[in-house]
Amino acid sequence: MDALDLARLQFAVTTTYHFFFVPLTLGLSILTAIMQTMWVRTDNPVYRQMTRFWGKLFVINFAMGVVTGIVQEFQFGMNWSEYSRFMGDIFGAPLAIEALMAFFLESTFIGVWVFGWDKLPRRLHLASIWLVALGSNISALWILIANSFMQQPVGYVIRNGRAEMDSFGDLITNPNVQVQFPHVFTSGIVTAAFFVLGISAWHLLRNNGEKRDFFLRSFRIATVYGLIGIVLVIMVGHTQAQHMVKTQPMKMAAAEGLFDSEDPAALSLITIGDWEQREEVFSIRLPRMLSLLSYNKLDGEVKGINDLQAEYETTYGAGENYIPPVAITYWSFRAMVGAGFLMLGLAGFGLFLMLRDRIEGPKWFLRALFYALALPYIANTAGWMMTELGRQPWIVFGLQRTEDAVSPNVSAGMVAASLVLFAAIYGILMVADVYLLVKYGRQGPVEDEHDTAPASPDTAAAAI
Amino acid sequence: MDLQDLWFVLISVLFIGFFFLEGFDYGAGILLPFIARKDSERRVVINTIGPVWDANEVWMITAGGALFAAFPHWYATLFSGFYLALVLILLALILRGVAFEFRSKEDDPRWRRTWDWAIFIGSVIPALLWGVAFGNLVKGVPINAAMDFTGDFFDLLSPYTLICGLASFAVFTLHGALFLSLKTDGVIRRRAETLAQQIWLPVVGIAVVLAIANYAYIDIFDTVGVNPGVMPVTSAVTLLSVGYYLRKKQFGWAFVLLGLTILFSVATFFWFLHPNVMVSSTNEAFNLTVENAASSEKTLETMTIVTLILLPFVLLYLGWSYWVFRKRITADSPLEY
Repeated sequence: MDALDLARLQFAVTTTYHFFFVPLTLGLSILTAIMQTMWVRTDNPVYRQMTRFWGKLFVINFAMGVVTGIVQEFQFGMNWSEYSRFMGDIFGAPLAIEALMAFFLESTFIGVWVFGWDKLPRRLHLASIWLVALGSNISALWILIANSFMQQPVGYVIRNGRAEMDSFGDLITNPNVQVQFPHVFTSGIVTAAFFVLGISAWHLLRNNGEKRDFFLRSFRIATVYGLIGIVLVIMVGHTQAQHMVKTQPMKMAAAEGLFDSEDPAALSLITIGDWEQREEVFSIRLPRMLSLLSYNKLDGEVKGINDLQAEYETTYGAGENYIPPVAITYWSFRAMVGAGFLMLGLAGFGLFLMLRDRIEGPKWFLRALFYALALPYIANTAGWMMTELGRQPWIVFGLQRTEDAVSPNVSAGMVAASLVLFAAIYGILMVADVYLLVKYGRQGPVEDEHDTAPASPDTAAAAI
Repeated sequence: MDLQDLWFVLISVLFIGFFFLEGFDYGAGILLPFIARKDSERRVVINTIGPVWDANEVWMITAGGALFAAFPHWYATLFSGFYLALVLILLALILRGVAFEFRSKEDDPRWRRTWDWAIFIGSVIPALLWGVAFGNLVKGVPINAAMDFTGDFFDLLSPYTLICGLASFAVFTLHGALFLSLKTDGVIRRRAETLAQQIWLPVVGIAVVLAIANYAYIDIFDTVGVNPGVMPVTSAVTLLSVGYYLRKKQFGWAFVLLGLTILFSVATFFWFLHPNVMVSSTNEAFNLTVENAASSEKTLETMTIVTLILLPFVLLYLGWSYWVFRKRITADSPLEY
């Protein structure tokens, strides 16, 4: 492997790892804030316990997200210096604003929240978790504004041999971020919901005496939260795909394994292709469905890989390959959508059981929910793989190729060394992180002096 | 002052804030094994910085983001050039941050000792390497016409830059001891006070060596002549007066004055560096300057407006959070970490 491949692998490893923690932070910060709001409003100590318990898992996860995020801020310069030189004028701004507007906010108020239980009035303490949630999600917005520039460059001019900012307004209202941010925001909600559902299901399967009420309540809140989330993820995802057909048709063609343009276009259920020869070998497809999904009507041309390659050769220069790695783009798209629809089914069935008051009825469902903990993680990771790999060979679509973006002075040996070090440390930390999550997740809510002390006899009775 | 200089100043301010605030965080981490022997004592030390270390680190992340936005070439050259040094800093910071969070979440003494080591090493490495990195910025490193660093990791290590590293390490350690003397009570406070009194003189010694090295190894004399100027002299005077207040046991004043030492030292550094942002030892013509490394006017204008709007709020709630956690920590305080 040369320095370019290693740098790409390093970016993939560090970013995928970072994004393992981010969606849970995005969604669970809000859910914890909701639970604490319920406690402040109702005075029911079970909501305080819920805030403490889910909040503790939230904080463990949050720390991992924070420290792995530092790497993100630095590695554009470290491994992608040519990219930084060419794009810095427009790409650096959202990163700096992210730090100023979001990182300070979330990092200050996570400290205030974790350490401020006894130091602040209840409502001020509640405000601090909402500010953490706000900060985290604003941070997602700015980094996605930056990423959207890579998917659909807007608001720039090429001047002085680089992309310079022409309109800040265009940059932050990029049509791409308008569909991308809602998708990421809602997938955070889904991730948190299935995290809470999975752990609650594990406890309900053990029918844990006094903890039962606690986890039933958590289960119900998470079911509603998750169902809203997953419905929105899918709806926004659909809009996002339609946007992609317009702006990055090659990515859509690769995600569908569509080699030749079709009108009307069929939707692939499964395609086995000869990726080298750019031919389809076998497929099961739903006629007209891709046209329907792309344009809301039963016909309309969806361009295939081969035609787009020819088109791009005219636009961007002949003799170059403009095709992303098709197999991985195709399968990661299916993994994301598949996991998404599975979660829709699970959350829907959860609501059905909730309405009939039979949450603990079918044991297989609780077991399934425990294993479904993996689903949001699969969907999140696969979604980003499709987004980033499907854009290749571009780092910024149509403007700069990935191979032209890498640091020319960082050798393969240096990247290999750092990659090994990052992988080793990340591996160890993952073990420690999972160990603590399992430990505290299993343990369940713990009575601390605060839970019993402030509750009046009435509210305590009401809780029972 | 044009926008490029304004942003040079803003980045200096971010680094001053970072070194002042993370300085005592690193110091507390470095002193952890020496000042706190029992587990309960260690928890006290870690909890003094518990609510604030994360926000303190954001000063560095913001400085990185501001470099990227305002001086993309500086960001690109510095980060790709100092590659392995930054990898080490990153790994240290990752371990250290997780260690704070994870350490007390398990009772096993081996678990806790391991994370204590992570806190110690994770504080020592950046405390040293930031000095080394800044030393290299003024001293100059091999940079070619394409603005790319052409040396390797060992080019970054020279007597001068190692002295710089030692100086930042020493000052942060003293800063940490003073911080702990103000934020703890009882036995830890007494140890921190004694330690601060003991290490002040060695810190001054290293500072003197650094002052001499500045004349010996870099061409500072050509630029400033005999009179080094207000800022370095103030940083020297404040460092010396720290000794007076240490002897008088007025640790609050000692902390304030050492804070001023950090402020004026970092300011001196950037003042010497200007108008360069990175010096090329290959050819003076290849220096990165506030002009050739900067973003466009448009970007700088936009960033200036955004910063003017946001910064007051940030400073306000940061200040407020320090006020919330103003009390000294003891073993009887509720300890989250």
